[in-house]
Amino acid sequence: MEKLKIGTKELDSRLFIGTGKYSSDSLIPEILKKSGAQVITVALRRVDFQAITDNVMHHIPQDVHLLPNTSGARNAEEAVRIARLARAMGCGDWIKIEVISDNKYLLPDGYETIKATEILAQEGFQVFPYISPDLMVARKLVQAGAQAVMPLGAPIGTNRGLKTKELIRILIEEIPLPIIVDAGIGKPSDACEAMEMGAAACLLNTAIASSPNPVIMAQAFGEAVRAGRKAYLAGLGGVSDSALASSPLTGFLHE
Amino acid sequence: MKIVVNGQVVEVTEGETLCGYLLKKGLPLERIVVELNQEIVRSEKWAQVFLKEDDHLEILRFVGGG
Repeated sequence: MEKLKIGTKELDSRLFIGTGKYSSDSLIPEILKKSGAQVITVALRRVDFQAITDNVMHHIPQDVHLLPNTSGARNAEEAVRIARLARAMGCGDWIKIEVISDNKYLLPDGYETIKATEILAQEGFQVFPYISPDLMVARKLVQAGAQAVMPLGAPIGTNRGLKTKELIRILIEEIPLPIIVDAGIGKPSDACEAMEMGAAACLLNTAIASSPNPVIMAQAFGEAVRAGRKAYLAGLGGVSDSALASSPLTGFLHE
Repeated sequence: MKIVVNGQVVEVTEGETLCGYLLKKGLPLERIVVELNQEIVRSEKWAQVFLKEDDHLEILRFVGGG
């Protein structure tokens, strides 16, 4: 399968996964292995002095590409601050910009995301901005130097699927950057559908973490993303209003 | 003397270095980032930075997230 060229990397897998909400972080290596994912997100938080050695990094193999997010940022300034701190950890210069001040739907602030992208792209970050699927915001992110655009399918953690499908389709058509559907994907078929539409990749967390069997679910998502990408490359057949017979219409036994 | 660490007021010895403080707290030095008074301090400098009264320290690390 053709590789995904994105940021500074060439990836075999078009499934990006998160590290949040697992019943145990020790599941992460198996989830990575079974899903084939090569990119993983993490968040940045204050050290917990009651649990000093707790660190998700213990469970992430060295060869997996880290995509830290700026979760917690409520505006561009906070996102930039978090991004610089994340980069100072020395695990690369990829950053997912997540600027959210809506606590009910966790919908991102497109304007602040654009501002943060402009600043961080100038500082040499590989910027992956998370947005609602707004074409105007996406266009500004292209100009601002983003590596990709990451539109949500539905609000974070809802497992509601591709509710914004039509707007995602427009972004895929109009934006000359990889479109990575991020948030809301709930089932492997959602991820498969996003890939069939031409998305470059899918990023998901809750759909795996909330499954009773996250490891098998991770495997299912890996397969779904590959299937959807293959279907997209093969080209979907036409859709018809009425039936077009699959078996011949001549030579019937009863003629 | 008093400084603020991760939003909490704490007492530290006069003349303490940043590195000394981090080691005293048992922190895994290779898995944290440090911001002192809103500026990132790279690990190479930790032993050379002396903490002062009212310094604001943020000590962070990666956690699970989406």
